[in-house]
Amino acid sequence: MSAKTLPDLIPDAKLKLPKEAERTLAGGLTVIAIRRAAVPLVELRLRVPFGKAPLPRATLLSQALFTGTSTMSSVDIAAELQAVGGGLSAGLDPDRLLITGNSLASGLDRMLEILAAVLTDPAYPNEEVATERDRLVDHIQVALTQPAHLARTALLKRMFGKHPYAVQTPEPDQVRSVRPAALRTLHAERVRPEGAVLVLVGDLNPEKAIDAAEKALGSWTGPAKQSEAPPTPPLEPGPLLLVDRPGAVQSSLRMALPALNRTDPDYAALQLANLVFGGYFSSRWVENIREDKGYTYGPHTSIEHYLAGSALVVSAEVATEVTGPSLLETLYELGRIASLPPAEDELEQARRYALGTLRLGMSTQAGLAGLASMYASFGLRLDHLRQYSAALATATREQVADAAARFLAPTRAVTVVLGDAEKVAAPLSALTALERSAE
Amino acid sequence: MARRIKIPATKYPVERFTLANGLRVVLTPDRSAPVVGVAVVYDVGIRSEPEGRTGFAHLFEHLMFQGSENLEKLAHFRHVQGAGGTFNGSTHLDYTDYFEVLPSGALERALFLEADRMRGPRLTEENLLNQIDVVKEEIRVNVLNRPYGGFPWLRLPPVMFSTFPNAHDGYGSFGDLDSATVQDAQSFFDRYYACGNATLAVAGDFDVATATEMIHRHFGDVPSRPAPELPSFDEPDLTAEKRDTYTDRLAPLPGVASAWRVPDPIGDFGNYLPYVVLAEVLTDGDASRLVERLVQRDRTVTSIGGYIGFMGDEFQVRNPTAMLLQAHMPPGGDADKVLRTVDEELERLATDGLQPGELERVQARIATHLLRDTDAVLGRALPMAVLELQRGRPELLNELPKLVGEVTEAQIVAAAATLRPERRATVEVVPGAGAGA
Repeated sequence: MSAKTLPDLIPDAKLKLPKEAERTLAGGLTVIAIRRAAVPLVELRLRVPFGKAPLPRATLLSQALFTGTSTMSSVDIAAELQAVGGGLSAGLDPDRLLITGNSLASGLDRMLEILAAVLTDPAYPNEEVATERDRLVDHIQVALTQPAHLARTALLKRMFGKHPYAVQTPEPDQVRSVRPAALRTLHAERVRPEGAVLVLVGDLNPEKAIDAAEKALGSWTGPAKQSEAPPTPPLEPGPLLLVDRPGAVQSSLRMALPALNRTDPDYAALQLANLVFGGYFSSRWVENIREDKGYTYGPHTSIEHYLAGSALVVSAEVATEVTGPSLLETLYELGRIASLPPAEDELEQARRYALGTLRLGMSTQAGLAGLASMYASFGLRLDHLRQYSAALATATREQVADAAARFLAPTRAVTVVLGDAEKVAAPLSALTALERSAE
Repeated sequence: MARRIKIPATKYPVERFTLANGLRVVLTPDRSAPVVGVAVVYDVGIRSEPEGRTGFAHLFEHLMFQGSENLEKLAHFRHVQGAGGTFNGSTHLDYTDYFEVLPSGALERALFLEADRMRGPRLTEENLLNQIDVVKEEIRVNVLNRPYGGFPWLRLPPVMFSTFPNAHDGYGSFGDLDSATVQDAQSFFDRYYACGNATLAVAGDFDVATATEMIHRHFGDVPSRPAPELPSFDEPDLTAEKRDTYTDRLAPLPGVASAWRVPDPIGDFGNYLPYVVLAEVLTDGDASRLVERLVQRDRTVTSIGGYIGFMGDEFQVRNPTAMLLQAHMPPGGDADKVLRTVDEELERLATDGLQPGELERVQARIATHLLRDTDAVLGRALPMAVLELQRGRPELLNELPKLVGEVTEAQIVAAAATLRPERRATVEVVPGAGAGA
């Protein structure tokens, strides 16, 4: 067989940002419109500040937001949106209410009108709210049987203690007691334009799209009862928390490590350290526990950002029989990245991955909309990509090693394992101090 | 109330050619973003697995990432990601795909990587044992360790079908996976991974002449091997209702899924397409028939979805396939009652037809979904590669929104009338986790 050589890469062209416009309306809503005309569609993202909102009510509000207005039923809303190829849905994170939607480009005005009706004239009809409440309770019951959900719940509690971020899913009983009147009150107090950001991306003229948003949403006014979560507490490493799931054929291994926010000067170096450790497939940890040892299918790490703080989260589902060895290899790889600088070629590979995937993320309407909306919720704009790309391109080996030593050392980790305690407690306690939790 | 809206179409250009060794190629350039998508699709899937080798097509997909003629284990991943790209592969009933999306300057690298494994993957004992372990973890994550694992895509086919190709578990039994050998893998490669049995599609930011030259250079010397003859997997339709029930020890709520056979998606596309629209009439959003009735009015289900093809790949599946409805129910939910209501709603649709505006709005929403998928370069490269492979018509991707828009009320009514209880296969999930805790 004749050896063939890998073709060279053609260097990337300069980062090109799409055409955009921005305006803050009289009511306090900021509208950002970005042109990407590849398909005749438009993507919509609206983030409304929702920090410290009472969780059961806020969660049900997000589920019931489209149940009706004074003139439209839930079916009318859905049918009218569908008629322009559109759809809208809502979700919640600890900082924001997020409305996501899309439609044919020719339907943008109509989608905005319907959104405005839902925001300014909500009805929360008793019958429909009752239906959504029952469905939400059922969804939570299902989540409570999913290992990934249970492991995350335990990790959040362990990370955040008494901070509002510690609990992100309400108890079924708490949801059952929420009445429509409470949703109307919460909506009146918190679903307000002040501090909210609407992002529109697609086959549009940015200025005209903002005009359309102003026309539709100009009547959305009124002060918001603002509230932001206090800064997150520092992680307190301690014994590994073992959560029992009798009969589980896999264990869910989770770790949280400290991290920096996106605008910190050292953030790019930390992200590169994360990638070299476990943040993409070609990382040390994934090559070790999956491609060498076959302990797991989809291990991953990522830096998660909230308004009040950031954390690096490590996740793997591993076979029950290899739970101890999986923790051992994870601690080993964390120790290694925290103690020794990455090799030059390893760092270059991670750097090119980070820079390349930024471009991939911007290459669709939905990707651009998600990115612009997420950035905006941290007070950033798309041009932050230029600074971030430059920081990724220039971070040195020493800076990456320094970030790894400060943030990725295994002694800084908060660790949770959800699994069959009878089978995994002994192997885990051979490696680290352990405390057990019944649920 | 609902106004007529003009359904737009895409005009992605399509260039096709076939290399001397039989590899079919589709190019669809678009300079609007500096990224490219590369897809290679082989005409082999779960339905082609030999008996006693359940899960083999998928296991083999894993082995295709474990090194090839000029590449060590791990090199493929490192070269794609080190070029700023991402990759994956997936195994379907009728095909197996491999794909990358990368910054456009990495196109030639992706072509090199795909050509190298088309010449021959490194099939070693060590890699095989390692990937059997990884696949078992994948099955634990997706099926064994979570509620509703494999529902309904692994649970309904054995109720609906009676031949091995259509009825068996595509993820495979641990016993079959453990007994797979390197020799099995080599035979599977030799038989099905011929360049005459594959298509390559490239979408995105490239020059057609340059890409054509690169493709000739990298794939041109892959030895010519013809495609194996494609068997028919057809079997007779059901003439009496078939049902099965199983207990899911992790599931907290009951579930039910039903399927009905539909016309040949390729040989009888004109009669097949109305079922695609019908599935959305029944289940797309709060204004759809079954969501309005079962979720909002009767509250007999928590959620309901409808689609065609057990893996939801409605334009990338061959005959035989089915239209599916799947629902989760509240605690104590009654599957029979849900099915009776579904029958009633289908009857009403078949008798009374559609409401004014109902068809148009569903068609508009389907168009949005179709167009949105094609905005990503892989959303063009992958389906075009499969459409070339299965139909020789990659340009069908551009035509779908318009064709969906031409489906008539009479066709929807006729399609609904065929979904009779006696043609239905149903599987019920009994919760084993103690609902209502």
